Amino acid sequence: MDLTYTDEEEEFRARLREWLASVLPGLPPKPSPDDWPGRRAYDLGWQRRLYDAGYAGLHWPADAGGRGATPTQHLIFLEETEKAGAPYVGANFVGLLHAGPTIAAEGTPEQRARWLPPVLRGDEVWCQGFSEPDAGSDLAALRTRATRDGDHYVVSGSKIWTSHAEVADWCELLVRTDPSAPKHRGISWLAMPMDAPGITVRPLRTLAGSAEFAEMFLDDVRVPVANRVGEENDGWRVTMVTLSFERGTAFVGEVVACRRVLGELAAQARKNGRWDDAVLRRRLGRLNAEFRALWRLTQWNVSEAEQAGGVPGTGGSVFKLRYSHARQELFDAAAEVLGVAGALDTDHEWTLDRLSSLSYTIAAGTSQIQHNIVAERILGLPKDRPKDLQKGGR
Amino acid sequence: MRFQLTDDQRALRDGVRDLLAGRFDRDALRTAVDTPGHLDRALWRALGDAGFFALCLPEADGGVGLGLPEAVLVFEEAGRVLLPGPLVATHLAAGTVPGAATGESVVTAPAGELLPWRDASDVVQGDATGAVPLSSVDPLTPLHKLPGPHAPRSPEAVLLTAAEQLGSATRTCELAVRYAGEREQFGQPIGAFQAVKHLCAQMLVRAELARAAVYAAAVTADPVEIATAELLADEAAVRNARDCVQVHGGMGFTWEADVHLHLKRAWVRAAAGRTTRETEEELAAAL
Repeated sequence: MDLTYTDEEEEFRARLREWLASVLPGLPPKPSPDDWPGRRAYDLGWQRRLYDAGYAGLHWPADAGGRGATPTQHLIFLEETEKAGAPYVGANFVGLLHAGPTIAAEGTPEQRARWLPPVLRGDEVWCQGFSEPDAGSDLAALRTRATRDGDHYVVSGSKIWTSHAEVADWCELLVRTDPSAPKHRGISWLAMPMDAPGITVRPLRTLAGSAEFAEMFLDDVRVPVANRVGEENDGWRVTMVTLSFERGTAFVGEVVACRRVLGELAAQARKNGRWDDAVLRRRLGRLNAEFRALWRLTQWNVSEAEQAGGVPGTGGSVFKLRYSHARQELFDAAAEVLGVAGALDTDHEWTLDRLSSLSYTIAAGTSQIQHNIVAERILGLPKDRPKDLQKGGR
Repeated sequence: MRFQLTDDQRALRDGVRDLLAGRFDRDALRTAVDTPGHLDRALWRALGDAGFFALCLPEADGGVGLGLPEAVLVFEEAGRVLLPGPLVATHLAAGTVPGAATGESVVTAPAGELLPWRDASDVVQGDATGAVPLSSVDPLTPLHKLPGPHAPRSPEAVLLTAAEQLGSATRTCELAVRYAGEREQFGQPIGAFQAVKHLCAQMLVRAELARAAVYAAAVTADPVEIATAELLADEAAVRNARDCVQVHGGMGFTWEADVHLHLKRAWVRAAAGRTTRETEEELAAAL
């Protein structure tokens, strides 16, 4: 067991720090959260800077245009960019963390050549068309239909919780290509151009007041068969590849951010007198343990992935479960530090963070689904039999 | 950075697990439960022969010359099987108290306001004046209570105790999962029910977070990391044992099931260190 970084890793860190210090002061001001075109331009601009400096697609394999960096280097990258206050991945999230790695792993040479470089260069934005109104946690119950018409699929249905849909160029879309097959089969993974006729995007307002995501209606949208990644009806397996990437690395930078916020909470509490409240103080102490351990767990999972050849393991679900709740507790504590009026003031960043933290135990698999994953796939407990139970109950 | 067990560390852990499976199986555990206060000296010497107490002693002094990470792995195994005796105190006395390293002497020391195993020990390190016997809740740990203010335990003692808690937390998770997979109700194993499944998943999450904290503290030996390990390992051991009782249902409330032994020992270990309040205050002060 070793927590020291190699000379090579330290050198990587030092060069990255130097670069961040040189580039961050020249960044344009951050657009407002609801200005999606502004956010797109800002996020793509940051991606372009990363590309020019050789930091784009750090964790992507080299033959997909990435740097083929080790998971530890990726960890250092996320740690240092967060510490330096660099922009987060933002609108490039789906392209860089979901669709890109999936195409890199499952796409044909033509597909890789068409879609991967624009993601790395910051030319194109992707969104995720997985969830549907009637198939949330039961993702495989999706109903959006795609029927073959010559060398096209004709797609009809609707998607929901589609972040960045308004400003995306491409959508990683799950469709049902064989309605008669069992629900986990008969699904295909398509790259849908967002400017195709028949797509309607309607923004949804979140409880935090922001237009964070959208619903998307698909009315006879024609998508070339050549845009299918993986075999027809094999989309569920392709999707599992995508989700393992999502759960593997998506929250690393955020743990660093939470530790920074915790330090700010303590400083603020010492300043405004709330530190004298022993109950609050001890709560912050407990959160210190929580986020320190979550950081160590991250290092553990990353080291494990490195040993396994870069594949994120099931440890991601263990991490996500604990982290999503800890984040909510952190911003509840922030409300305590701010006091009654402060905690109700949406001009304060922590109040908005507190509201948005509610999504963490829902998005990317609810805590309840994550518990099932941990219990069934890691602990090997028997599967529930919802079908039989439903039949009996109806 | 490679925050994973090395091959040597894995081999050490497996070796200790095998040794304990041979020398302290369930029958031995139950014999120990049935003879409270009695310490198996032959077992103690066998542990000494295997290097259990001399693990961190330099080779020049006749020890094994390993470090805290290895000690943590060994104590985790001890915690898994509920190995009785003042293990931490004897381990830390190796090199200073004659016979401790080889398992010929049993050494105890005050832990918080408690003094475990006083009557069965050869040496008490520290002030035991005015110690009065308690009727210990844990049949595997005889206790005395000490009067007045007590000296804080060493960081190593705190960490090794946390490692035992981690072993216990992992074990109760395994016991719950095994029972949930075997016991059938309403025509299927109870582990298929989400209410039970989620309890088990939470047990694993607690144990794994505690593991990351305990191992990191062993590598860094940093006081705040050790406080983190103590807080999370105590919580994991106590909460997992409770949940394990719950998963076992009525069986879990019997003397015959081993679960209560884990819970009671977890309570004793948690009480041997700082109070939760003190640990949380230290962690807050470090912010």
